[in-house]
Amino acid sequence: MSLTVFTQTAQHERFSFHGNVNVGKDVTIDELRQAYHAVVLSYGAEGNRSMGIPGEDLPGVFSAKDFVGWYNGLPCNKELHPDLSCETAVILGQGNVALDVARILLAPVEMLKETDITQNSLEALANSKVRRVLIVGRRGPLQIACTIKELREMVNLPKVRADMLPADFKGIAEVLKDLPRPRKRLTELMMKAVKEGGDDKAEKCWGLRFFRSPVEVLAGADGKRATGIRLALNKLEGSGESARAEVTGQTEDVDCGLIISSIGYKSIPIDPAVPFDPRRAIVPNEMGRVQDTAGLYCSGWVKRGPTGVIATTMNDSFDTARVLIQDMEDGKLDLSVNKPGAKAITALLQTRGVRTVLFSQWEKINAEEEKRGRSLGKPREKLLDVDEMLKIAWS
Amino acid sequence: MSACALRVLLQRAAVMRKAAHQTFSQTRAFPQCVTGSYTYSRGINTLTNSLRAEEKVTVHFLNRDGKRISVKALTGESLLDIVVNHDLDIDGFGACEGTLACSTCHLIFEEAVYKKLGPISDEEMDMLDLAYGLTDTSRLGCQVCLRKDLDGMILRVPDVISDARVDSEKESSTAPPKV
Repeated sequence: MSLTVFTQTAQHERFSFHGNVNVGKDVTIDELRQAYHAVVLSYGAEGNRSMGIPGEDLPGVFSAKDFVGWYNGLPCNKELHPDLSCETAVILGQGNVALDVARILLAPVEMLKETDITQNSLEALANSKVRRVLIVGRRGPLQIACTIKELREMVNLPKVRADMLPADFKGIAEVLKDLPRPRKRLTELMMKAVKEGGDDKAEKCWGLRFFRSPVEVLAGADGKRATGIRLALNKLEGSGESARAEVTGQTEDVDCGLIISSIGYKSIPIDPAVPFDPRRAIVPNEMGRVQDTAGLYCSGWVKRGPTGVIATTMNDSFDTARVLIQDMEDGKLDLSVNKPGAKAITALLQTRGVRTVLFSQWEKINAEEEKRGRSLGKPREKLLDVDEMLKIAWS
Repeated sequence: MSACALRVLLQRAAVMRKAAHQTFSQTRAFPQCVTGSYTYSRGINTLTNSLRAEEKVTVHFLNRDGKRISVKALTGESLLDIVVNHDLDIDGFGACEGTLACSTCHLIFEEAVYKKLGPISDEEMDMLDLAYGLTDTSRLGCQVCLRKDLDGMILRVPDVISDARVDSEKESSTAPPKV
């Protein structure tokens, strides 16, 4: 979402933003429910699914969540210091996040320089020795989870060529014509990359690798860091979106010094009083109404799971809003009782020594980041330290 | 978690991805009606207001609730500009502000009008692929500019997935790949 869309909503007279509050710790959901007629959980998926394989904790292995957090300036990832001195990086997963990571690893620095990527990561990437990025998926080309825009950005990357395995695409050309348009265009673009490859003279390359699942991260002789990954080779049972990867027993080792696991984000429970389904990692709900909990709703990834683009998630939020309004009109929400709202919560936070950040204060942080960016020719230079942000907000 | 609490507005992965992603595509996203740098803020289209001659054309939007919204707009404006500049009541239209990073400005044209429109780029097709209710006469509003010969055209605002009971696993085969 763009800043100006948020700004319009944030400036609405009946909207107020209270940042710097850790819900579940500084204030409980029950306290919020006592203060408001309805509470909506819309906190997304900040955790990540882990591969669950030996060696996953070795230096050199990162979750995409942390790697993306690092180049995007999330304060908790600023000390990541990924070692980019190896030639090959392997990314597990083939969704849009995986393709984003590959693009950032291989894009010419001239392209990155003009974005709001953090200065630290820009310098690290400028000195990166990574020349080859493999993006690995369990199933086949027809099951790839990314969308065409992200794939096209990889195909169009200057000074980078595609390195695919034609064998992975056996039988695909024959079924193209029967595919629905989005899947068809996506597959055609992949086939084009297989055939054409791109600039032969390019120093850097990327490739998709299919029918492979990670089984172990391999460490070098000293056992101190990742030097490779063992992949199990799969075969596909069934077809289309519901095809399943089955083990064959065969494995293959790939030398690499950087491994990024991009197999999905995961919501975490916010408060013990809120029902949580640990298997699906979502808040159990019926059309956005949290199970067995009147006056509590959810929307977005914490409601449906961590998939979906802007339109999907935005429309889902509209759905939850419509359900909430319906409940008001049907009397399912008891509006006869007066609720104190923000007054009660800010008073509570004050007694607990929690100082909030208002939207106008957040705008000072925003202005400072844009100011710092201007001298570097970037849209913004992100602040990486929360204490520094708070100082500016409350100045 | 607490160290990141301040990023609560921007913390969703979809947005985090977009931060380093958006500026690559920004410079390629503008249709031919917009030249030079483009400052976009809701309600103000500084470029077209200052450069374009006053050529007014009537456009009708058939909204999701069945109501028709008619506006007189300037040639050269994109259909997204028109919705924004006239503050039309269309939910969630133009979420990415014309940077070809979403499909929320999806509009359905009458067949005869569709045939008169300019060429569609791969990038626009890529985003249209993700639009719900895609038709053979669908375009993204941010990529289509108003011309005199489009006077009186009727644009249908397509429905979006609004039934939350639809299990995403059971979406039709025309649904886009999951991300």
